[in-house]
Amino acid sequence: MKKNFFLIILFYVILKPSISFSLVEIDITRGNLDPMPISVTPFFSDGITDENIKKNLNIENLGLEISRIIENNLEKTGLFDAIEKEAFLQKPDIAHLKPRFEDWALIKSQVLITGKVTSKKINEKDYINIEFKLWDVLGAKMVDGFSLTTTPRSWRRVGHKISDKVYERLTGESGYFDTRIIYVAEEGPKTQRIKKLALMDQDGFNTKYITLGSELVLTPRFNPANDKEITYMSYFRNMPRVYIVNLQTGEQKVVGDFRGMTFAPRFSPDGKKLIMSLAKDGNSEIWVRNLETNIQEKLTDHPSIDTSPSYSPDGKFITFNSDRSGYQQIYVMRSDGSKVKRISFGKGIYGTPVWSPRGDLIAFTKLHKGKFFIGVMRTDGTGERLLTENFYQEAPSWSPNGRIIIFYRETKTDDKGQGFSAKLWSIDLTGYNERLVSTETDASDPSWSSLLGN
Amino acid sequence: MNLSKILKNAFLIVIFGIIVTACATKKSVKTTTESSTTTKAAETQKADPIEKLDALMQGDVYIGSDTVGELASGVPDRVFFATNETILTTASRETLRKQAAWLRQNSNVTVVVEGHADERGTREYNLALGERRANAAKDYLMTYGVSSDRIKVLSYGKERPVDSGSNPLSWSKNRRSVTVKAN
Repeated sequence: MKKNFFLIILFYVILKPSISFSLVEIDITRGNLDPMPISVTPFFSDGITDENIKKNLNIENLGLEISRIIENNLEKTGLFDAIEKEAFLQKPDIAHLKPRFEDWALIKSQVLITGKVTSKKINEKDYINIEFKLWDVLGAKMVDGFSLTTTPRSWRRVGHKISDKVYERLTGESGYFDTRIIYVAEEGPKTQRIKKLALMDQDGFNTKYITLGSELVLTPRFNPANDKEITYMSYFRNMPRVYIVNLQTGEQKVVGDFRGMTFAPRFSPDGKKLIMSLAKDGNSEIWVRNLETNIQEKLTDHPSIDTSPSYSPDGKFITFNSDRSGYQQIYVMRSDGSKVKRISFGKGIYGTPVWSPRGDLIAFTKLHKGKFFIGVMRTDGTGERLLTENFYQEAPSWSPNGRIIIFYRETKTDDKGQGFSAKLWSIDLTGYNERLVSTETDASDPSWSSLLGN
Repeated sequence: MNLSKILKNAFLIVIFGIIVTACATKKSVKTTTESSTTTKAAETQKADPIEKLDALMQGDVYIGSDTVGELASGVPDRVFFATNETILTTASRETLRKQAAWLRQNSNVTVVVEGHADERGTREYNLALGERRANAAKDYLMTYGVSSDRIKVLSYGKERPVDSGSNPLSWSKNRRSVTVKAN
């Protein structure tokens, strides 16, 4: 992996910190059937800036592209509806200085986003400064904004950071746009799938392949405390084991020294421990390995299959699935392995429990009457809610704000065994807004990063 | 008068036509559903897919010979399992006894027992299930005199199906453990 892959922010200026509560607000706890109309003007720039950006990035109109990132992000939430730019009455540069709110109200815009891009030289190196403002059209005032200087190649991330700011300001929830998704890219016939680790921005851009496809790789997961680190399982040398990879350096190491297959890895919320399953002599148990002390410990002790462990965000509990009752069901235990308690009691079998980053819910996969469901339940097993049903889907992963679940779905093949595909999908916690997540190839096993650091 | 009668008849014919088409559609739909489940479809000309299924599966364990290779001449390389099960059937035990006999005669050979699951389960659980199946086969080989250091176990979960179909017969072929020569 190249250096400078991650954003370097030199200056981050909040134009107006903490402003009185804005008039515009969105309730995202219900399926929103009435998206809020917003206008995002192209971010304006001067001739010198355009020239520099053309030289650095080979992009004609960066300001327009940034506005499109913001529109795309916000529209995909299902909460916003971006007004066509042709309808705008005021020029972007003037609107950025002082919007004529009547003009924006006239085209039914409730919110206005304006901005400016300027190229800069610091120590002979090219940088770009991006300024953005969020305006409440009905309240006729600016409600938020910031200015940020960064390397030109990180420009997309600035679009995501602005989207996060807007989303946070208008919904009161933390954003999730400046994030990445690690997943398994798939190619080839169903009986001989070639699988590679792939990393992309949350909106499907900047895909990078981390492995070459020479060995089978499965279930990559981000370290929630370090977005430059992932864990996954690889069949390198036909020894299925859990690995940790540093995405910046490409350095990779096997976790622990186990006799037997290690799989189903996940980091603890603080990133200091790794939980996984060890399968040996026909029995799978859950283990934890302290990555600082290298001490490993067995947490479950049962002749059944115990796997797919996931920590609660406070690190005090672990949820996992076990077939100790005869079929796969969801259990919760203390993170030292004590007080194991079954929590799923509905009809069907339950697997892949994943604790919400908010702590109050567990997402799961359920198989019932030949159909697969992605659902959520409270951590005591009550309040089960099924969000989506399909022929085959599994492996839920939460957005860092706990509002969206991403998972993968496979299609049924026809009589000749043709027509197989695997794709990533996302759905809101409300059960609305189900969307295909675009990937360059077929894809499975998604894991959503935390909000990226610098 | 005449015109209205013609219109009336034409109307009736159209209605009749609709009913007939509707019936036909319904019937054909029903036939497809039946042939894909368990009731016997009344198709005599073609090979009855249900008859075929009965001959290929016992319960939901595959008993046919499609996809089955040989570990050695006359020694099948694989055994099949019921959904979510790791129990060896009578036929599986017979296959494994043949494998064990051949391995006892060829004591320089080491093997990998590869465990597999069908696609109707979550990936991680299936990895564990494949490991359990491969160990069920390994244990049986050991009971019949093959030492454990000659048998490695490798689970592929649902990652390496032999049949890409999405139907009970395909799934039954994929729930397997395969004994492969390692040297």
